[in-house]
Amino acid sequence: MSPLTYIIGWPFCAALVLLLVPRTFRPVVRAVAILATLVSAVLALKMFCQFHAGMPGYQFEQQIPWVISLGISYHVGVDGINVGLILMGAIVAFAAACVSWEIKEREKEFYILLLVMTGGILGAFASLDLFFFYFFHELALVPTFIMIGVWGRGEQKNYATFQITLYLSIGALIALVGLIALYLQVGAGTFDIPKLAEYLRSPEHRLSGGAQKFIFPLLLFGFGILVSLWPFHTWAPLGYASAPTATAMLHAGVLKKFGLYGLIRIALPLLPQAAQHWTQLLAWLCLGNLVYCGWVAMRQEDFNRLIGYSSVAHMGFAFLGIATLNVIGVTGAVLVMIAHGFLAALTFGLSGYIYQQTGTVKMDRLGGLLRRLPFIGGALMMAAFAGCGLPGFANFAGEITVFFGAWKVFPVVTVLACWGALIIGAVYMLRAIRGMLHGPLPDQWAGVIDANFWRKVPFILLLASLLVFGCYPRFLTDKIEPCVSEKVVVTLLTR
Amino acid sequence: MNLLLLNHELLVLALALGLLLVDLWLPLPAKRKLGYVAVIGVGLILLYSLFCVEIPAGQPVQYAFGQMYALDGLALFFKRFFLLAALIVLLMSVEFADRIASGIAEFYALVLFALTGMMFASSANDFALLFVSLELITVTFYVLTSFQRGVVTSLEAGVKYLIIGALSTAFTVFGIALVYGMSHTLNFGVLARVAGRFSANPIFLFGLVCVLAGLGFKIAAFPFQIWAPDVYQGAPAPVTAFLAVGSKAAGFALLLRVLFIAVPDITAHWSNLLIILSGFSILYGNLCAIPQRNLKRLFGYSSIAHAGYMLLGVAALSAAGRSAVLYYLSGYLFTVLGAFTVICLVLRQADGADLSGLAGLHRRSPLLAAALTLSMASLAGIPPLAGFFGKFLLLKAVIEQIPAQPGYYCLAFTAVAGVVISLYYYFGVVRAIYWAEDPADLSPIQISKPTRISIYGCIAGMLYLGIFPNSILDVASRAVELLR
Repeated sequence: MSPLTYIIGWPFCAALVLLLVPRTFRPVVRAVAILATLVSAVLALKMFCQFHAGMPGYQFEQQIPWVISLGISYHVGVDGINVGLILMGAIVAFAAACVSWEIKEREKEFYILLLVMTGGILGAFASLDLFFFYFFHELALVPTFIMIGVWGRGEQKNYATFQITLYLSIGALIALVGLIALYLQVGAGTFDIPKLAEYLRSPEHRLSGGAQKFIFPLLLFGFGILVSLWPFHTWAPLGYASAPTATAMLHAGVLKKFGLYGLIRIALPLLPQAAQHWTQLLAWLCLGNLVYCGWVAMRQEDFNRLIGYSSVAHMGFAFLGIATLNVIGVTGAVLVMIAHGFLAALTFGLSGYIYQQTGTVKMDRLGGLLRRLPFIGGALMMAAFAGCGLPGFANFAGEITVFFGAWKVFPVVTVLACWGALIIGAVYMLRAIRGMLHGPLPDQWAGVIDANFWRKVPFILLLASLLVFGCYPRFLTDKIEPCVSEKVVVTLLTR
Repeated sequence: MNLLLLNHELLVLALALGLLLVDLWLPLPAKRKLGYVAVIGVGLILLYSLFCVEIPAGQPVQYAFGQMYALDGLALFFKRFFLLAALIVLLMSVEFADRIASGIAEFYALVLFALTGMMFASSANDFALLFVSLELITVTFYVLTSFQRGVVTSLEAGVKYLIIGALSTAFTVFGIALVYGMSHTLNFGVLARVAGRFSANPIFLFGLVCVLAGLGFKIAAFPFQIWAPDVYQGAPAPVTAFLAVGSKAAGFALLLRVLFIAVPDITAHWSNLLIILSGFSILYGNLCAIPQRNLKRLFGYSSIAHAGYMLLGVAALSAAGRSAVLYYLSGYLFTVLGAFTVICLVLRQADGADLSGLAGLHRRSPLLAAALTLSMASLAGIPPLAGFFGKFLLLKAVIEQIPAQPGYYCLAFTAVAGVVISLYYYFGVVRAIYWAEDPADLSPIQISKPTRISIYGCIAGMLYLGIFPNSILDVASRAVELLR
């Protein structure tokens, strides 16, 4: 059995166990959830360390036939692209389970959904089969809607649930139509991604330009909606502002990256011709994310919405990296995905802590909190710096790599993106820090208390990950880069 | 003539007549338990069918009554399907028996007669048998829908079903007459050989469209869906369930036989017609279900939408599409019967199947709450349940045809839109179960042991088909081998 099956399986098993635990055993419910995600995270870390960088093909593979007549099999495996994403997902899931102490009612259901979501996310990133890739994603998506609808906060909760369900379901189904069309057009009778790639590599099986140009937009916009590509981003800020903390962390941090991962894993290598056709448009759309959404973020009064917009803006880097279609750019995109996963989880987690203490994240009602919350405030400040792209944090490594990759291909877009990302990003982040952490402390918040040791654990973990990968990005790039040049870019060059 | 081929039908008929006879000597309280006799009988016939009946290797189709009656893979698949559906419906009827004032033994017998009709329908190889079996199903359902004679809505449902059913029968007969008048045959096998000659004959084609309309009433597809919401709402819950699963499946069995055995050459030109029927059924059913507050009425609209989804597979005009229809129907059986078993137990007021009646269900009975939630999730197409893989197969079959005909492109996106819309109202039901304000009455719901088993069976069926679709998919693709 591959360790991947255990990494995916533990959260699902824990969810089954929780079904049998009586709802009055609150500490047990919480302990089971934290333990299962911890085990997954530790296994993912072990796998990450054992991974041999630079080896061709996939590692830790496992394949079980599922529907033979259609060529569907449960096939998991990792290469340089997804090994880091799985590690990030598992760590964020553990952090999300840790911060869920704020959930006070219907805990059992909440943790079951959280575990299903975790298992689904990790499964989606580990799958090497188109069907299971989609299947696991759908499995993770549905709990998201339910969690926002039931445990969400704010007056617009119902509208937010409605909007996020509509957008993400449509996005997922468009992508599904694209995936099925791809399967049928290739005609190899298999959903297996490595086999499809192998089949398409031989010149006589190559897809015609027409077929590629018809399938690629389905994948681009289907996945794009899932990643909040401008102008399909409007679900994200409101959805995250209304979601419970753990859901926002997991969705903004990990699940959202599914769309980007799908583009890198499936759309670029299997549809290279159409990719070159459509990436021009993508490069300009990602400016919408970077500049427009950054601009909107500056005007937000609610901190959660601000980080919602900022997370939409950061997706622009990943899209820009993908649009370059070169090794440096795509490697940078994967780095950004991992770095932003940690960062988004950290900021949503911290904002959730402040909300739990004060009952609001409206920036004009807060102020001077750094005096009362030295740890949380300090962590928030570091997160803000990471968000502005300060060297030393993983985000800097990813963004600079993307810019290096993009400079030659899209000089104008890159200049605008640098301006938008670095200056606008700094403005809204520093403004938020000033408004919430500095200045006079209103009397009503004099009683707020800082996190105790156990509540610090998830934040320390996420910050440490950001710093480790920021100071030594080669942990990731050494794995990502050979794999990107072997699997993603090679088809683009040999055309 | 080989009477042995009819053994399924004859056994069920004997069981039904036996029940009616026994009824004469039984005291009233014991009559309710007669349902268990019917359940055991149907269960034994199902076991017999599963283990003792098979299609001989060298002889894919066996005929009886001068080729009127055919026993092939498709027929056998549907016969087992109907037996299983009737088994669960009869269990449900026993739970429901205390709400039926008199004639409970007749109720069980009528369900069995309808079952006989459905099994004949699955073997119909001739327009005469098609008509007779349809009538056997429809006439028994006239009685069944209005069985709660004291309840006005039930009577109203019966009358509506009678009027519209009679209209559809008229269409069918008229269509059959026109087809016969042109081709001088009622037999599907002969028709398949000569139909090519009539592909431009307007009278023949009009006749076929009339037959299609009659079958459209049975499966409740647009634009013949008008009766479904009212009848679903008014009929007793077990009857609604049987109508939703058995009668619809019988309609599909006949539709597959007529389209792909009797007139395959003409069907090949009808992709546009089928695309329109399917697309509008999906949109109409899903959009109209949104404002519904009555659970049974909601199921009426949702059943129209599901008829549309299953028509996707028919419209695809491919073997993959047809086997997807059979897979989808199998998942639909467990899903809908599971849901109706819960409705039957929880919403005991005759016409008060309001969503608010579900409030607090998760406290009153976690099992029933879970069963209904899983049913809704499966109907909405959420993995890992049967509905998800079924929709995946249907969608795949449709997308496969896009290069042949761009109309399928619109159809695929209509189906996708329908799935998204349906999330709204299916989640509305789940919301009513778990997150509505608790009502005053939180008394636990008593579930008898057989019903408990049938609920577990439905849950297991939904999960099994969703997680291990391999075996049933093989069976389905073998069953449609003879269709073209």
